[in-house]
Amino acid sequence: MDVGFSSLRSEAVGAVRTAMVSAENLQLTLKAELSQEEQALTHIRSNPKEAHKAGNEDLKEMLESSKESLKLEAMKRIVGLIAKGKNASELFPAVVKNVASKNIELKKLVYVYLVRYAEEQQDLALLSISTFQRALKDPNQFIRASALRVLSSIRVPIIVPIMMLAIKEAAADLSPYVRKTSAHAIQKLFSLDADQKEQLIEVIEKLLKDKSTLVAGSVVMAFEEVCPDRIDLIHKNYRKLCNLLVDVEEWGQVVIISMLTRYARTQFTSPWKEGAMFDENNEKAFYESDSEEKKGHTEEKPYIMDPDHRLLLRNTKPLLQSRNTAVVMSVAQLYWHLAPKHEVSIVTKSLVRLLRSHREVQYIVLQNIATMSIQRKGMFEPFMKSFYVRSTDATHIKTLKLEILTNLANEANISTILREFQTYVKSQDKAFAAATIQAIGRCATNISEVTDTCLNGLVLLLSNRDETVVAESVVVIKKLLQTQPTQHSEIIKHMAKLFDNITVPMARASILWLIGEYCERVPKIAPDVLRKMAKSFTAEEDIVKLQTVNLAAKLYLTNSKQTKLLTQYILNLGKYDQNYDIRDRTRFIRQLIVPSEKSGALNKYARRILLAPKPAPVLESSFKDRDRFQLGTLSHSLNSKATGYQELSDWPAVAPDQSVRNVEIIEASGSDSEEESSESEKTSSDSGKSSSGSEQSSSESELEQKKKKKTKKVPQKKSKPTAADRYSEIPAVCWSLRASFFFPVTTSSFGPVKTYELLHHMTGKGLAAKYHFPRQPCLYQPSMVAVQVILSNSSDHSLEEIHIGDRSPASLSIHCFNTIERLEPEASVTVSMGIDFSDSTQAANFQLCTKEDQFSVSIQPAVGELLMPSSMTEQDFCKEQGKLQGMNETSATITMETANASSQAISKQVLSVANVGVVSSSQNNFSRFAGRTVSSGALVLVSLELKESSTALLTINTEKTVMASMLLRDIKQALTQA
Amino acid sequence: MIHSLFLINHSGDIFLEKHWKSVISRSVCDYFFEVKEKAVDPENVPPVLQTPHHYLISIYRGKLFFLSVVQTEVPPLFVIEFLHRVADTFQDYFGECSEGVIKDNLVTVYELLEEMLDNGFPLATESNVLKEMIRPPNILRSVVNTLTGGSNVGDTLPTGQLSNVPWRRAGVKYTNNEAYFDVVEEIDAILDKSGTTVFAEIQGVVEACVRLTGMPDLTLSFMNPRLLDDMSFHPCVRFKRWESERVLSFIPPDGNFTLMTYHVSSQNLVAIPVYVKQNINFFETGSCGRLDITIGPKQNMGKTVEGLMVTIHMPKVVLSANLTATQGNYTYDLTTKVLVWDIGKLNPQKLPNLRGSLSMQAGAPKPEENPSLNIDLKIQQLAISGLKVSRLDMYGEKYKPFKGVKYLTKAGKFQRLSLSFL
Repeated sequence: MDVGFSSLRSEAVGAVRTAMVSAENLQLTLKAELSQEEQALTHIRSNPKEAHKAGNEDLKEMLESSKESLKLEAMKRIVGLIAKGKNASELFPAVVKNVASKNIELKKLVYVYLVRYAEEQQDLALLSISTFQRALKDPNQFIRASALRVLSSIRVPIIVPIMMLAIKEAAADLSPYVRKTSAHAIQKLFSLDADQKEQLIEVIEKLLKDKSTLVAGSVVMAFEEVCPDRIDLIHKNYRKLCNLLVDVEEWGQVVIISMLTRYARTQFTSPWKEGAMFDENNEKAFYESDSEEKKGHTEEKPYIMDPDHRLLLRNTKPLLQSRNTAVVMSVAQLYWHLAPKHEVSIVTKSLVRLLRSHREVQYIVLQNIATMSIQRKGMFEPFMKSFYVRSTDATHIKTLKLEILTNLANEANISTILREFQTYVKSQDKAFAAATIQAIGRCATNISEVTDTCLNGLVLLLSNRDETVVAESVVVIKKLLQTQPTQHSEIIKHMAKLFDNITVPMARASILWLIGEYCERVPKIAPDVLRKMAKSFTAEEDIVKLQTVNLAAKLYLTNSKQTKLLTQYILNLGKYDQNYDIRDRTRFIRQLIVPSEKSGALNKYARRILLAPKPAPVLESSFKDRDRFQLGTLSHSLNSKATGYQELSDWPAVAPDQSVRNVEIIEASGSDSEEESSESEKTSSDSGKSSSGSEQSSSESELEQKKKKKTKKVPQKKSKPTAADRYSEIPAVCWSLRASFFFPVTTSSFGPVKTYELLHHMTGKGLAAKYHFPRQPCLYQPSMVAVQVILSNSSDHSLEEIHIGDRSPASLSIHCFNTIERLEPEASVTVSMGIDFSDSTQAANFQLCTKEDQFSVSIQPAVGELLMPSSMTEQDFCKEQGKLQGMNETSATITMETANASSQAISKQVLSVANVGVVSSSQNNFSRFAGRTVSSGALVLVSLELKESSTALLTINTEKTVMASMLLRDIKQALTQA
Repeated sequence: MIHSLFLINHSGDIFLEKHWKSVISRSVCDYFFEVKEKAVDPENVPPVLQTPHHYLISIYRGKLFFLSVVQTEVPPLFVIEFLHRVADTFQDYFGECSEGVIKDNLVTVYELLEEMLDNGFPLATESNVLKEMIRPPNILRSVVNTLTGGSNVGDTLPTGQLSNVPWRRAGVKYTNNEAYFDVVEEIDAILDKSGTTVFAEIQGVVEACVRLTGMPDLTLSFMNPRLLDDMSFHPCVRFKRWESERVLSFIPPDGNFTLMTYHVSSQNLVAIPVYVKQNINFFETGSCGRLDITIGPKQNMGKTVEGLMVTIHMPKVVLSANLTATQGNYTYDLTTKVLVWDIGKLNPQKLPNLRGSLSMQAGAPKPEENPSLNIDLKIQQLAISGLKVSRLDMYGEKYKPFKGVKYLTKAGKFQRLSLSFL
């Protein structure tokens, strides 16, 4: 033994030595702990208790060997031990020194081990830290990410500062993958040390601004875990998150959608009309906000949905088609909690589809449908047959389906449902049959037309051979009879006859209660039943005894002549019963009904007390009121509040300021594209591939645009760098295509944006305004043209309350920007507004007001700005063009400047004049452009056929002939002059 | 979110545990075992359970329980969907998802679990990404590995996670470029005693097996897309194109995947391919019964019905069955009380028939409900809804791929009830 120990010891010391070598560049502070560690280890090894663990000795030897394959084999066995839940912690020193191995699999297995045991062996775990710190600086993004991942998984409090630093650095990493990892690390650090919250929130705030789809889901997860109440961090990122949503990976979608549901409930007013079930604030909900109210007098409709609210609903809808059931469910709950009542039903079909999925999925979905179907029968009624029970369903599924069928029952379909129920009653699963009888009872109370039918059916069931069925029927009949006892003495008689054969205590008790309650209707039978009960009293269950005492008391009051002796006999039996409840009850009843000197005033009221008319029990669903929990949550599923559940707030009576969600796009996008493109360069150099991801391929086009931007030095506005922009340029890239369905059209023009003067600072007493058309789809209303106005203050005092006043013509619909409270001298602000020009170039006149002054201004759009690009194939273009011949065609032959003869130049010129989309063309001498008018959506097709010697035939096809001629003139001018 | 995972076999042994956050003692599973005992049938265990400090969310698949422990509020479907994805991944890697296979590949399983979740939040669940990181085992590689000490862990790091086409790996190369699509439809139907349809619907799925070089961009169009009522897509499908043009446009993942699932609109009448004449009687006296079943073709569009099988869950009192089948074999499992009649191909000239007597427990009352019949069948080369693929186009690559479409109709949950009403 001694020899064994000394060799053990020397090995352990050797292990630490090697570890020290591998951890050469550890900080000095760790050095001291190392020597302690050495001692500690020696102690551990000299502990005789450890001797029996020699089974792991061979593993240790393998780990010490110089052969990679042996080490790997050892690690595999160790991981096997961990997987089986066996303790392998004493191998820690031998394992940890392999952390810097070159073999990737070995390294990964060491990581697995490290993460599992670091908490138990904190000091030794520190040995590995330096390796990770070094890896955090690695040029390869995957190595950086995995180092951060493991580092943050080591739950050792000492390294909190190191983790914090690493997270902060990684959050600013160029690779989105590393940033994603840092978002995950935030949660880990938070659970390790909650004191870091403030610093972590800063990192979250930064990461929320990230535009990568890779990061979005993870950072929102971190947000939910660390600071779910900091709703203010979301404002600026709200629209971005909505727009990115479809491209985020499916797990992230679930998290984002549930967070946005909560957000929306705090920021928007209720879309539910008056009379909606849980809308108490509907009076106030009529007004979007106070400022809206003032201007809203021309509006017919009392409620206008916030465009951001609409954006969320619109962008989540396609996700109903996701293959991931959790995503579908989360969209469904979002619609349930946020959408106007009439829109909720679009989720029905998708929810019903989920019922085809695994049993566990069905369970959760059915629970949610059960809650929904209570309030909204109509939503699921057409799909009633999908809830029919199959004999192969699990019991909990059957019960839920039954619940839903009961909720859906109404006058029209009750006969079908009852027929279905009849078959269920015969099921071999008796618990289910009993539940069905309960359900029949509920249908009978809810729908008065069928009460009698149900009752008769249930009475027939009383002769069923199965006891549980009979018992359940009795209980339900009892409840039903209470609602209308007058006509049913026959049934009571029938039940009294059956009484001898029924053995289930609950059923016996129910019959006794019924007979007692309506003893005046069955005056002959009641005493006889009591007589039988007196005989068998001692052998009955407690619940039956109690009801026997009740029956006796009631009969004593109504028919004391026949039952006096019987009652006294029973009361005497009860007095000496083993159960104290029964003894108590007996004493109470005796005092109440039998007149004596001691019994006081109560005696007089005995009859009124015992035979008081009792309200019928309400048979209601166990899913009633479940919707106090957000649908789809764990809390909803359990019907009790789970740890960490975030309440869904009520709609605010008055919407908070909407402008908090406005983003100043110019600066943001400028710096961002800078970062993103450099990042994608890095990505491509990292992976050495050029076409695998769209990020890489898109980088080229982005760079190109950037070059364009730089050379021109035009103050150019680029729309948010969402995927949609890239669509027309890289049609092969899949996600941009997917993303494009947010935007009915794709913006392909990046030509210089012309800025027009709205108000000169001389006339505006210091207030100057310029505007341009950003050529983005208008957020507020699709028929509006988006206009961006840059307001600047060139006076020496600050201007207050800048807003839009009267407009002419009065019918002109403008979506105003929110009042700017204060504009400091030399400051400027960009606001966006929407104007519905109704497809005419007539100027929109309105007043721009400050606190003191009013200035009349007007915006006259160029005809080309009234269009939206439309994407179509060449074939579609020709087809549509064929439909717009004759009157709808305007054409002219033009002579072009030679510089303009190339197709690129033509595109550039045309796009500078009109907001149309380029249609890819197979013929070189043809250039085609397609657009739609913003207001009416009429097609506008522009085609240009190059002839010899720089002449060309310009054709415009559209129903809007006036627009056509104006557009023709503009394009002609652009192409001939330049 | 997901704190820990325990894999539990049919008899209640925990044979694998994995913790993504701090370690949770396996004694937490005791609550689960308690419920499991009560539920008798493992399918009846509720998927969501509450214990004093944790919540247990479980799925039951392949005779295994995947039990996850969560500590805070999380959408239960999120966990359930993930657990099924884990089981799918095992299936994909090892060909089946069973205790034996998982135990044999414990290390690979552990590595997979490590990559699939980070701190309880799903990280990489795409099969293509995972396969680049951890290669699925095959015999040749394991032989080579034992000789050379090589490993199953990929030494190149996956690019899929970074791209916006995470489902496809980069640099795919094949000498034979092929794309196969299977349109598989299932009929769910409930027929009542008289043979009238109570409920019938068709659910379909388009399974794809695509082995194409490079980054192909495929477009699959149908002759009659209007039939499709409700569908769900693989993330690769461009929803916008479907909305506007009713074509499936996508960059496919490499290998096998489910492209879409659909539901055929309920306006269309569902053709029921077979009819069943059945007569099951239990006699009040003599504790025996009689059974007589005949199956014949109904609306099968001229195709042969194959793989016909009838399953009957007999009432508990039925002790044995003494039957003769004109075609195929029957078995009666005494413990589970399941009668299976495997018929095979349906011959319209000579209809298969099964008849004979059932003997019951002496003295037991006659079962009040006649058992229902579950029918299984297959029809090759037919999609019963009439859905047809019209063409498949490929863009983005130069070569000519080999294309193929197969149709198959199956019975899903096809039940013939034999009921008598109240």
